[in-house]
Amino acid sequence: MTDATLENAPHAFVRKQNLEQEAPPLSVAGPLAWVRNNLFSGPVNSFMTLICVYVVATSLPDLIRFYFIDAVWSGTNRDACLADKVGRPVGACWAYVADRFQYFIYGSYPVSQRWRVNTVFLMFALAVVWMLWDRAPLKKLGAFFFFVVMPLGAYVLLVGGAGAEGVLRTVIMITLALAMLYLVLSFVPGLARFWTPAPLLEVEMAATPLQRFQSPKRLILLALVVFGLIAVLADTAGLPRADTGLWGGIMVTFLIAAVGIVFSLPLGVLLALGRRSRLPIIQLLSVIFIEFVRGVPLITVLFMANTMLPLFVPQEWSPDRLLRPLIGVALFAAAYMAEVIRGGLQAIPKGQYEGAMSLGLGYWQMMRLIILPQALRIVIPGIVNTFIGLFKDTTLVTVVGIFDFLRTIEATLVDPTWATPTTRATGYAFAAIFYFLCCWGMSRYSIAVEQRLAAGQRR
Amino acid sequence: MSSIPTDAVKPGRASLFYDPKIRGYVYQIALLAVVAFLIWSAASNAIENLRAQKIASGFGFWNNAAGFDVNQKLIPFSAAASTYGQAFWVGLLNTLLVASIGIVLSTFLGFFVGVARLSSNWVLAKLAMIYVEVIRNLPLLLQLFFWYNAVLKPLPDARNSIALPGSIFLNNRGLILPNPQFGPAFQAVVIAFFVAVVVAFVFYRWSKTQQARTGTQYPNGLITLGLILGVPLLVFFIAGSPLSFELPQQGRFNLTGGLQIFPEFVALLIGLTTYTAGFIAEVVRAGILAVSKGQTEAAHALGLRPGPTLKLVVIPQAMRVIIPPLTSNYLNLTKNSSLAVAIGYPDLVQVFTGTVLNQTGQAVEVVAITMAVYLTISLVTSLFMNIYNQRMALVER
Repeated sequence: MTDATLENAPHAFVRKQNLEQEAPPLSVAGPLAWVRNNLFSGPVNSFMTLICVYVVATSLPDLIRFYFIDAVWSGTNRDACLADKVGRPVGACWAYVADRFQYFIYGSYPVSQRWRVNTVFLMFALAVVWMLWDRAPLKKLGAFFFFVVMPLGAYVLLVGGAGAEGVLRTVIMITLALAMLYLVLSFVPGLARFWTPAPLLEVEMAATPLQRFQSPKRLILLALVVFGLIAVLADTAGLPRADTGLWGGIMVTFLIAAVGIVFSLPLGVLLALGRRSRLPIIQLLSVIFIEFVRGVPLITVLFMANTMLPLFVPQEWSPDRLLRPLIGVALFAAAYMAEVIRGGLQAIPKGQYEGAMSLGLGYWQMMRLIILPQALRIVIPGIVNTFIGLFKDTTLVTVVGIFDFLRTIEATLVDPTWATPTTRATGYAFAAIFYFLCCWGMSRYSIAVEQRLAAGQRR
Repeated sequence: MSSIPTDAVKPGRASLFYDPKIRGYVYQIALLAVVAFLIWSAASNAIENLRAQKIASGFGFWNNAAGFDVNQKLIPFSAAASTYGQAFWVGLLNTLLVASIGIVLSTFLGFFVGVARLSSNWVLAKLAMIYVEVIRNLPLLLQLFFWYNAVLKPLPDARNSIALPGSIFLNNRGLILPNPQFGPAFQAVVIAFFVAVVVAFVFYRWSKTQQARTGTQYPNGLITLGLILGVPLLVFFIAGSPLSFELPQQGRFNLTGGLQIFPEFVALLIGLTTYTAGFIAEVVRAGILAVSKGQTEAAHALGLRPGPTLKLVVIPQAMRVIIPPLTSNYLNLTKNSSLAVAIGYPDLVQVFTGTVLNQTGQAVEVVAITMAVYLTISLVTSLFMNIYNQRMALVER
């Protein structure tokens, strides 16, 4: 289009003279411009900013004064936190938290036996760091520790008594027997053909006996060391039995969460595989279980575990009061875990399955060696998110009479020793800090993993 | 190549042991046998244990007298004259009541917070972020305890009620509102409302086809609102205002009259609403972020102003991402309402799985009925979700 056509166009308007130059904008960078653009860019925005600032300005100083400046930090009973006894306005009563701290951690677990709980806490911390820390060595060994050694060790240590010692003895026997079996098998190469598929047989036969022995040896050695240590710990005077009715506090919260994760992950893998199976009956049963559990609230599952489980087994096997909700939580978490893992299985390209099959791997080898390692890795964030939900849901066992952390706080609130107007606010704040730190920490971890996994796709 | 006899490459018949089909049958039969055995042994143990404890089985208890009272009831219920079956309905209605109000409120709050997190207003976005992080990382039960025990319980007693504008009183027995009294002519207003909804719907369909045919646009929103609000209001005044309020009276010792809303209900409602809103906010945020910026830019390039861009381009695409997780959050809210049992709101679990189970001891029947209710709600919702998803699914080549 030329200028001439523009000028001749009947309706077009073309400015003939230049406009006056406008003054430069006051500022487009710097703090003032930032404030104008982000806080006061229009009447609605300014109004919102003023309301928000008002809310923060009115509530924050009060909160700080209550929880820090006016707070009472030490004392032995309620007198320390009563305004008329102290003679000044009293805020949060942290002295009460300090006084009841042991109870919040161990519940009524016998004081002389609390080292057992501490040992389990240490094992738990070791297992968690081993599993979660990306660059930790010997991951397979870590998984074995997390899913086999730690649960058995924790059971023996926490429960104690004749029953637990019997369990410990049996487990040590089985471990030793397995060690013997592996020893025999790895030194008699001819036996390998009974469990190795034909394509892998040559590789297997070429390995020296020591190489064949390598990986099981580590697992068994670890198990023997840990069980041996526990046996030594337990042997001194025999572990007296600690009745589960005495357990409570953070210990029980962690116990429920740990049982949930330890059992729900393998169960969830099986259920997810079942749901993706081509065998109709297995698929149907998995779908029924998963959809049933996901369709009902956890509380009804807990009620079911609490009231119906004892009916379903012979009376002499009637499960322990603490064991019932543990079973309920584990099954409940398994259904949610199964859906997360199914997402991972569906995300693996079909070529991976076909590649594995073309190598001659059977179903379980394909899953174990090719599919699950990839699928589980990409759903780590989903698993952690499910676990955060599980951790928050551990509080519900309160309803069936288990003394978890939240319940111990409620229990101390009705205790007259620390009955003051501010005790409740303090107790709830303490609980909130605990749960927030745990859940928020886990969600940060999940975000970090997500970013690491997405590193390949980032542009 | 051709020298190889063809029958030599034919696979030999594998042994039955390695036939995947046979193996599949064996695995399935084995699993079925294990499951059947578990069910059979559980059932026979249950029968034996129930007989030993002298607990009746079956649903005969449904018509037995309840013998306990419930404070909040939407249908008539009394300790003397009512049955366990009626207690079930009282609990179910209370669950549905708190769930439906909670769903509406949490949707509004959640959308507001979700949009606020994306706002260009720094203070607002940060506050919304703190809200979401705190709410989502604390157990719901702790939040319910907080609202019930730390906020509502310490309120003054009935004598020193806090008076709010509009004859509303707040005390440790709950919120006392003016009690609406419906006159007999109020039915006409209700009927008018339904008629208006139907007319508005028909008009909406008509205006859409009209727009598709001729391009003429009608102010749908205004007309719909006018119909749905205006017609019932008109009928209301024609019928002579058949609605009055019984105001609560502050006496010397007590409040009399008025509609009492129990603190358990208020605490549960606030707790569920704020908790679920935190999750809905994240769903909304993710949905809006899922609509690529190119869509907005393309809409602007076509000359659409920001309002219509949001309404016609961004929101319809965001809704496709938002609706499925939104529904699952609604379901979670409904299931979470069972935490009522911890603060004593008489919902299905508290009344039925709590009190009725304790009184009758019939754990199997009571828990089964309760689970069936929640399961029905979940399955019906996911059925509708699947239909919706099929209709909304992106139609590609």
